[in-house]
Amino acid sequence: MITFDHVTKRFPDGTVGVDDLSLEIEQGSFTVFVGPSGCGKTTSMRMINRMIDPTEGTITVGGRDISTVRPTELRLGIGYVIQNAGLMPHRTVVDNVATVLVLQGVTKRKARITALEAMERVGLDLRMATRYPAQLSGGQQQRVGVARALAADPPVLLMDEPFSAVDPVVRDDLQREMLRLQSELSKTIVFVTHDIDEAIRLGDRVAVFGTGGVLQQLDTAEAVLTRPANPFVTNLVGRDRGFRSLSFQSATQVPVHDVETLPLAGLGSAPALAPHAWALVVDGDRRPVGWLNATRQALVGERGEAALAPLGSLSTPSRTLRQSLDAVLSSPSERGVVVDDDGALLGVVEANDVLAALSAQRGSTTDDAGVLGATATQDALS
Amino acid sequence: MLADLAAYLGDGTNWAGSTGILNRLVEHVGYSALALLVGAVIAVPLGLAIGHTGRGEGIIVGLANTMRALPSLGLMTFLVLLMSSTLIPPITALVALAVPPLLAGVYAGIANVDRSVVDAARAMGMTEWQILLRVELPNALPLIVGGLRGATLQVVATATIAAFVNLGGLGRYIFDGLALYDYTRVLLGALLVTALALVLDGLLALVVKLVQPGTGRMTVRDTGLQAAIDDRAPAAPTA
Ligand SMILES: Nc1ncnc2c1ncn2[C@@H]1O[C@H](COP(=O)(O)OP(=O)(O)OP(=O)(O)O)[C@@H](O)[C@H]1O
Ligand SMILES: [Mg+2]
Repeated sequence: MITFDHVTKRFPDGTVGVDDLSLEIEQGSFTVFVGPSGCGKTTSMRMINRMIDPTEGTITVGGRDISTVRPTELRLGIGYVIQNAGLMPHRTVVDNVATVLVLQGVTKRKARITALEAMERVGLDLRMATRYPAQLSGGQQQRVGVARALAADPPVLLMDEPFSAVDPVVRDDLQREMLRLQSELSKTIVFVTHDIDEAIRLGDRVAVFGTGGVLQQLDTAEAVLTRPANPFVTNLVGRDRGFRSLSFQSATQVPVHDVETLPLAGLGSAPALAPHAWALVVDGDRRPVGWLNATRQALVGERGEAALAPLGSLSTPSRTLRQSLDAVLSSPSERGVVVDDDGALLGVVEANDVLAALSAQRGSTTDDAGVLGATATQDALS
Repeated sequence: MLADLAAYLGDGTNWAGSTGILNRLVEHVGYSALALLVGAVIAVPLGLAIGHTGRGEGIIVGLANTMRALPSLGLMTFLVLLMSSTLIPPITALVALAVPPLLAGVYAGIANVDRSVVDAARAMGMTEWQILLRVELPNALPLIVGGLRGATLQVVATATIAAFVNLGGLGRYIFDGLALYDYTRVLLGALLVTALALVLDGLLALVVKLVQPGTGRMTVRDTGLQAAIDDRAPAAPTA
C-alpha cells in the first residue's frame, strides 16, 4: 500500500506542484492519476520513488516512510515506465530489459534469461532480443519499456503517460495488454494519463487532479463518471460522460437476433436481394466479412469482395452497452454484429433493443445515473 | 626540388638512426601522445563532471576561449625563460591546445545524451556513478572521440615547435631546413607532418564510427542467450 499524508511539493521557484495531497493506494490496485496538464500528476508519481522529494508531508510505501530509505534502494523495488520508453540506445533490447536485475546483482547470463521471460509476458517477439532500441518501432519500444519495468518483478509499478506517444491502434493493444498483465500479476500500479478514456478503461481507482495540484476526487472509474464530485470533475469527464458510463453497463440482456447470411464462397451466384434488405456475408468459418444489399450485390461480379460494405465495430458476448450501441451505430444495416470469442457469428443486435435495455437500466439505477443515461441516449442519437 | 625530395626519401640511410625519419616520426608521435594524455587527464574528468551535473558550463566557455587565445610559440618561449627544463614548455603549450577540443567533446557528449534515458536510468535505481559510466559515457563516445580527433589534429600539427627548443620530432626538418636554407628539408618536414595528421585523423574518424551506440558493431555473442531464444521462439524464417 502507498499512502500520501498531507504531501505538498513547492519547487524552488515557488511553483506549487502538489498541494496538501492525502491519498491511499491499495495493494494490488490499478490507480490512475488523471487531470489537465500541469496539475501535478507527474510530480505526485515521482515522489513515490523519490525522484522528487516532498516539501511537506510523508509518503509511505509498504508501511515504510520512504524518506528514511535510500533512493537507489527504493527505486530498485519500483518499476518505472515513461512516455518514450527511455531505453538505453547502446544496449540491446534484452540487456535493457535485464538492467534492474543486473543492478540487483544477478549475473548477466541469468538476468538475460529472466529478461526473455519478461519479454514474452508483454508479447514481444523474442527474436527482437538482440536488436537495439533504434531498430524497433515506437510501440515495440514501449513494450520493451514495460518488460524492463516488470523484469525484476517489483511489487509497485509507476507509469507516466506510457502510451500517449503511440498511435491509437497500438495504444489500444497496449492497454489491453496492461489489463491482462494486471489480472495475472496483480501489482500495485500507479498510472498517469490526461486521457480520461484511458483512465476509465484501465483504472479500478481514478484520482482526478485539478489545477494547482489539488486532488478533486478519488473514486472508482464508474463513480467518477456517474457521480462527479464537483463541477471541475464534471467538466473534465466532459459531455460524453454519459456515453462513456455505458462502458460499465452490461448488454447481456439485449437480445441477439438471427440474420440472413450469404456464404463468401458462392457470392456471385447468390439469389438477388430485395431492394432494402441487407445480408451478412460470412466466410467458411462463419466469421462475418461484410454487409451486402441489392445495390452492392450488382457490383459483386465486377469487384468481388471489395463490393461489400464494412462490418462496423463488432460486439462480443461479454459486451457492454457502449460496445453494442457502437456496433449498431457503425453498421451500414443499422444492426450491430455480435461474434463469439473466436470471431464466429452469433447474430445481430438491433437499435431498438439497445435503447430498451438502456431505459431498463436507467430505471434500475440511481436518479443521478438515470439523468446521465437519458443524456447519453440523446447524445448518441443526435 | 621534388626530385631532391624523392631522392632523399629513396635513400634508406635517411630513414634509419637516431636522426632518421622513423625516429623523428616516433618522437613526434611521442610528444603529441604525451600532450594529449595530459590534456585528457585534465579535460575528461572536468567534462564528465560538468556534463553530468550541468553545473559549471561557464568554465567550458571561459577555459576554451582563454586557451585558444594563447599563442603556442609565445607560451612556450615564455616558459623556456622561466624554467630550465626543455620538455615541459613545449608539452605545456601543446596541452593548452589539446584541452579545449577535448573538454568540449566530453562535455557535449555527456550533455547530449537523451535526458529521458538518464532519467529512466536513475528511476530504475542506478547510482550517479552507474549513470555516468554505464549510460552517459557509452552514449557520449562518438562526440568524445570527435573531440580527441580535433585535439589530435591541432597537437600533431603544432608539435613541430618542440624542435624550436632543441628537441626532436618532425619539426627538426623544418627548423634545420630554415637555418640551412635547405627548403627540400623544410618541405619534407611539412609533408611528413601533414601525412601523419591525415593518417591519424582518418583512423580516428573510423573509431568515431565504431563507437556509435546501438549499431551492433561491438556486440559480443552470448551463445547461452541465443540458445534460449531459439528454444522459446520458433526459428527465424530466413531473415
Ligand atoms: N522542476 C520544476 N521546477 C519548477 N516547477 C516545476 C518543476 N517540475 C514541475 N513543475 C511545475 O509543477 C506543476 C506540476 O507539474 P507536473 O509535471 O507534475 O504536471 P503534470 O500533471 O504531470 O502535467 P502533464 O500532463 O503536462 O505532464 C506544473 O505547474 C509545473 O510547471
Ligand atoms: Mg506529466
